[in-house]
Amino acid sequence: MSAADTIKVYHSAERYEKNPATREPRWVKYTILSMALGFFGLFLLLPLFAVFTEALRKGFSVYVAAITHPDTLSAIRLTLLASFIALPLNIVFGVAAAWCISKFNFRGKQLLITLIDLPFSVSPVVAGLMYVLVFGIHGWFGSWLADHGIKVIFAVPSIILATTFVTFPFVARELIPLMEAQGTDAEEAAISLGATGWQTFWHVTLPNIKWGLLYGAILCNARAMGEFGAVSVVSGHLRGQTTTLPLHVEILYNEYQFAAAFAVASLLALLALVTLALKLYAERHLS
Amino acid sequence: MNFKINDFHSGKKTLALAFLLGVTSLTGFAHAADIQLRNVSYDPTRELYAEYNPLFNKYWQGKTGDNVTVEQSHGGSGKQARALLDGLDGDVATLALGYDIDSLASKGDLLPKNWQSLLPHNSTPYTSTIVFLVRKGNPKGIKDWPDLAKADVEVVTPNPKTSGGARWNYLAAWGYALKQPGGNEAKAKAFVKNIFANVKVLDTGARGSTTTFTQREVGDVLITWENEAFLALKEFGADHYEIITPSLSILAEPPVAVVEKYAKQHGTEAVAKAYLEYLYTPEAQDIIGKHFFRPRDEKALAKYKDQFPNLQLFTLQEVFGSWEKAQNTHFADKGTFDQIKQLP
Amino acid sequence: MATAKTFRVLPGFGLTLGYTLVYLSLIVLIPLAAVFIKATSLSFADFWQTVTDPQVVSSYRVTFLTSLAAAAINVIFGLLLAWSLVRYEFWGKRVVDALIDLPFALPTAVAGITLSALYAKNGWIGSLLAPLGIKVAFTPLGILVALTFIGLPFVVRTIQPVLQELSLEFEEAATTLGANRWQASRYVVLPALLPAIITGFTLAFARAVGEYGSVVFIAGNIPMVSEITPLLIITRLEQFDVAGATAIAVVMLVVSFILLLVINVLQHWASSQGSRLKEGKAA
Repeated sequence: MSAADTIKVYHSAERYEKNPATREPRWVKYTILSMALGFFGLFLLLPLFAVFTEALRKGFSVYVAAITHPDTLSAIRLTLLASFIALPLNIVFGVAAAWCISKFNFRGKQLLITLIDLPFSVSPVVAGLMYVLVFGIHGWFGSWLADHGIKVIFAVPSIILATTFVTFPFVARELIPLMEAQGTDAEEAAISLGATGWQTFWHVTLPNIKWGLLYGAILCNARAMGEFGAVSVVSGHLRGQTTTLPLHVEILYNEYQFAAAFAVASLLALLALVTLALKLYAERHLS
Repeated sequence: MNFKINDFHSGKKTLALAFLLGVTSLTGFAHAADIQLRNVSYDPTRELYAEYNPLFNKYWQGKTGDNVTVEQSHGGSGKQARALLDGLDGDVATLALGYDIDSLASKGDLLPKNWQSLLPHNSTPYTSTIVFLVRKGNPKGIKDWPDLAKADVEVVTPNPKTSGGARWNYLAAWGYALKQPGGNEAKAKAFVKNIFANVKVLDTGARGSTTTFTQREVGDVLITWENEAFLALKEFGADHYEIITPSLSILAEPPVAVVEKYAKQHGTEAVAKAYLEYLYTPEAQDIIGKHFFRPRDEKALAKYKDQFPNLQLFTLQEVFGSWEKAQNTHFADKGTFDQIKQLP
Repeated sequence: MATAKTFRVLPGFGLTLGYTLVYLSLIVLIPLAAVFIKATSLSFADFWQTVTDPQVVSSYRVTFLTSLAAAAINVIFGLLLAWSLVRYEFWGKRVVDALIDLPFALPTAVAGITLSALYAKNGWIGSLLAPLGIKVAFTPLGILVALTFIGLPFVVRTIQPVLQELSLEFEEAATTLGANRWQASRYVVLPALLPAIITGFTLAFARAVGEYGSVVFIAGNIPMVSEITPLLIITRLEQFDVAGATAIAVVMLVVSFILLLVINVLQHWASSQGSRLKEGKAA
């Protein structure tokens, strides 16, 4: 499939609806659509609507005041910092892991995949706890770090670490099934025609996985910004210093500033819309 | 010059600090220092310290010329104590119960074991008690503790395992039952079990329970700190809720202490101590009363006496001996709380 | 590993595997080892007593059952959503596509608060269900709602790209051979999607098992009824019982690891079945 075809695929489902082999009777289409969209409305749209309703309950000025408050701004900075560090790390890892897992056969492959999945199932609470056990004052490196005046736990580094951990599998998990489905024929052909490994990767593999990579990166980023549990354990909750956006929401909520809390939460919900813009842009310009 | 004492931990940096100080004194500028103090506290004190910190800064600036910025960290009392033990370097700890500060001493050597005798009134510059919040008109006619054990009453309280306030709730109910004619441990346990059988939502913290009771409209009665009950009236409308004071309750003493180990590291021992001592002054005690904590100062107490109804209070020490004993008997693994919750 | 050798026409195996293992160890394995080592500070008898306490056992049941149910619901509706997004044109499709990721971006605590507000008896949905005698918020059903919410993107986002890349040829061939639409979907498309469906199920399930932030706001947290295991870990920590907390954490880790491993092996099997089928059809 050429790049131009790929774009068309992502722009429209026409090729399915025009094709007699994949066209479905109207009643099937509308039954499936109404079930899917009903579920979507109930589980996603309604909560989103509720967030914005709560956020604007006290009026627009309270909303603006909440999101331009210095503490909110510093929380935004910290959240962006954490995800901008976690994201590239996990992208490089995800591509490397997907390459060796999907293009080669080796013993223990399923074990490796399972280990990569593990951060999904590790409770965020445990994720935070384990960094406390490693870097806390009674932890493995605690006294060494204290002697050298380096702060990891209850400071920015542990927030970055926790964020990296919870978003660890996203890119890899997105790419592995995709690259497995694509097989190795194209790459092997490129190599046999004399391309180097890097050339093969850049010109053959990457164009084929770019959508998966983009999805993975978007998920990874969204989750990085929204992480609450693990970061909560290692943050120390110092206002304006170690509070990320989700923690700031919790602080405001516990101060009974419900409208402000939801206003800040709505910022994170708006991420989904930024994502939409990014995806549109990427689809137009990526090839 | 604008430096943060907190940032100068290591030896190398201390040298740099000394050097900078030297330069400043040589050039003849007598600059005031910018001191950062870190107060690790529990949930219900948010509003209190938000107002107290500027007051203290004004006092300290007048006295020494130094500018004190207080960083606040709030969370469940147990969680905060654990964070301090794991290395959150707060200069002062202002928590919900003595047990949490005890563990800073026993488990982490962060402060001396006799911390509670270092400041007046058992190191508790303010007290509170446990009361009930009910819906307007008190539809279930709740007057006292036994009403909470009735079959048709739904009770909201946080989980004593995760909330300091809830431990006071639990001990208040237990103490009430013990002090009734013919009261004994077995009867107290049965009584508290009946109350907790009526609990349908156990939030992890006091603020969570208040939200469940007021915003989700769950339950007939919320057992809570007196100061939290007043705050709920203020925030959510006195026309929706009313406070019911039981005939007998516990004197809740949320203590404060300098976390000496960290304060020493930061070189903030003096200011940390002054920060806590200043809580006992008439100015601070007035703010304390304003935020619905019971002041220790007689004058401030008199000023707010209409706010605080008279009720019989017992102390934790007189009924349970010590926090350590109360903790081990009731809240530790397999304690009475586990027993009453696991029995069908 | 002679069989592997023959495969290695492509370069970069050593580099990528090496990097994967080093990064995996640094971020995941070494910190997780700290949890296991801390748990060994308990004697075996204490460990066993901690992890088989009736309250803890009951929390395993609540956690794993609600997670399984939530993952199953997500597979059904996630598949329908992915199908709709890839195969149909409809108004607002782009917005729906973008908002699928919302549960990731929204902090779990916010999700919990919002869902409990919606499903409480004075909430938009709760007030409709209350007359029917259905209570969702502050019951195990509430946990199910929260876990369904947080797990949905996993299923949609694993199925969607695979469905997108699926070549039309197989369905065209099936139709030419006389299969109706249902048969073509059931016997051609579904097997090709099966690995992705299993992956999505696994991820949604795995995520649900560990979830804490959203659940505590809507569960009610009553011991033996609606108390989840991660909450018990927190509870132990707040009692300064770090060893007890890690003991329960270890049990959760081991159980999820085994479940994940079984499902991954299953998925591997399914995908080899799928490709065999594809080859068979294509031939």
